[in-house]
Amino acid sequence: MKIAVLAKQVIDPETPLSAFKIDSDAKRVVTPPNLPPVINGFDEQAVEAALRVKEAQADVFIAVITAGASFAPDVVKKPLAMGADQLVLIEDPAFDANPNPLFAVDVLAAAIRRLGGVELVIAGRQASDWDNAQVPVGVAEALGWPIATVCQRVEARDGKVVVERVTPDGHEVVEAPLPTVVTVSNELGNARYPNMRGIMAAKRVEPTRWSLDDLGVQPREPAFELTDLRLPETAKLTEFIEGEDDADAGRKLAAAMREANLL
Amino acid sequence: MAGVLVLGEALEGAAAASTLEAIAAGRALGGPVAAAIIGDGAKSAAQDAIAHGADSAFVCEGGLGPEAAAAFAEQTAAASAPRVVLGAKALLDGSVMARAAYRLGAGLLQDCASVALDADGRLTATRPVYGGNAMAAFRASGSPAAASLRARAYEALERDDSRAGSIVPIEVDAAAHTRLRVVERVRRPQEGVRLEDARVVVGGGRGLGGPEAFAQLEELARLLRGAVGASRAACDAGWVPPSYQIGLTGRTVAPDLYLAVGISGASQHMAGCSGARDIVAINKDAGANIFKEARFGVVGDWRQVLPAFVDQLHELLSDR
Ligand SMILES: Cc1cc2nc3c(=O)[nH]c(=O)nc-3n(C[C@H](O)[C@H](O)[C@H](O)COP(=O)(O)OP(=O)(O)OC[C@H]3O[C@@H](n4cnc5c(N)ncnc54)[C@H](O)[C@@H]3O)c2cc1C
Repeated sequence: MKIAVLAKQVIDPETPLSAFKIDSDAKRVVTPPNLPPVINGFDEQAVEAALRVKEAQADVFIAVITAGASFAPDVVKKPLAMGADQLVLIEDPAFDANPNPLFAVDVLAAAIRRLGGVELVIAGRQASDWDNAQVPVGVAEALGWPIATVCQRVEARDGKVVVERVTPDGHEVVEAPLPTVVTVSNELGNARYPNMRGIMAAKRVEPTRWSLDDLGVQPREPAFELTDLRLPETAKLTEFIEGEDDADAGRKLAAAMREANLL
Repeated sequence: MAGVLVLGEALEGAAAASTLEAIAAGRALGGPVAAAIIGDGAKSAAQDAIAHGADSAFVCEGGLGPEAAAAFAEQTAAASAPRVVLGAKALLDGSVMARAAYRLGAGLLQDCASVALDADGRLTATRPVYGGNAMAAFRASGSPAAASLRARAYEALERDDSRAGSIVPIEVDAAAHTRLRVVERVRRPQEGVRLEDARVVVGGGRGLGGPEAFAQLEELARLLRGAVGASRAACDAGWVPPSYQIGLTGRTVAPDLYLAVGISGASQHMAGCSGARDIVAINKDAGANIFKEARFGVVGDWRQVLPAFVDQLHELLSDR
């Protein structure tokens, strides 16, 4: 079985707030210096989900598709180091404009078609840059495949996929016929760290590079224009409650909250 | 009639609160608002929708899944030719807005904090991006344009039972559209108040160091008649179930009081609780981000602060 994983390179979401800067004129986030980008966390978990499927059965091939304006070569190779078999890179400045999910859908769906024989697509539930949570759904719609979103467990066998979807108060077990698209969430558990052997093996794998022309995809205008980007305002001034020791501060906190009618 | 189509759902015969919020947003755009309600008891939920501001409604009865809901959205959009499509981000399983928008060829902005129309009648919206580290504003280039709304971004309009409007049943061939099959639903029994309904929420984070500490938070929550939530770090560690997670990819709470213990206040966490009227934080790091949004704070070790705080509360609240 061939699995395609969609993985996006993003600015590290754990960037300390002091290093998170915005160029308001250009309406873009300034890439923090000295802080390498990462593979979107949920997408790493998508790679993890694919590897678990591969471990559970014979003859699974995992191709990772990464599309973007420009890549940090070591970063985008991480899924290979984790154990994926192929990396497809689609590098084009057209990705550098406004967030443009419909364009990403065009490109990724075309890449999945071009890979050929893909039966299962796994992606993260959303990307930690624009948090738009819609590209995998669009890919499924474009391919005409079903999609099960926000899963914590993925199994594929006998021509179907069985997943556990996270719900607000538990989970549901859902079946879908292959081919299908699945998105995963952090409840899946941590993605594995690449080991030394994986890292060495990844060094030897040459990524497959496809252009928009190869895919027969034209850039398209974004459906929404980004008109403003700024840091959120936080106006609250914390009143710090101090005491003789921590316990005393705790008691005084209760009193202060009572005084302010918070209790 | 090029107005607003609100995709909504019925929960046990009543319109979901998030559906009424989306209708309020649609009315703020000027309307007219057609509500497309799917679910068990959609017909009576449609009455709620109209009483709370919708001008008309389409209904599809039955507990149908997201695929049938997307087909319903397509059919109702064909019948109403909306300029704007709105709905709750969490509608049904959270995938319906994206499914519907793609089918309608509409651009979609997810999890919007506000929506408006500019002078040319184009949809504009603001939404947190980069996990809440930044706020972005967008303007639609075309129509129809779709936006999903974050929980509690809008307040439902007052009920007015004198309002009337047409309610049109729509037949959806669910079998033809459904490929996902739910084989089992596992629900964790809910003790006490639902997180979303609680007026006091006590949140615990990685700083609690283990599952045992949550027993103390539960005690505190009982005392304040509230509910316990957690950061993703505490959920990922397995100290509490995933359903406790508050934040961008967890639950959204807007209580009167949010008491955060051992939580650093990452923007992705704050995305789920910054609607609280007051935040109070206990954290040993004076530089923790949570203090940027807290009204009161104690810099200290929760192991000492919390028991004394709870004791003092018992005393203060003994008259309750
Ligand atoms: C795309 C994306 C989505 C996310 N969605 C969510 C989400 O929905 N919800 C969410 O919560 N997170 C989410 N996160 C994760 C988020 O970025 C943070 O990693 C997480 O919220 C941190 O949890 P925490 O505050 O418990 O842990 P930490 O950040 O590790 O903070 C622990 C805090 O405890 C304090 N502490 C330690 N010991 C003590 C002590 N003895 N007494 C008092 N204080 C102490 C420390 O000073 C520290 O401030 C998301 C991340 C990404 C990238």
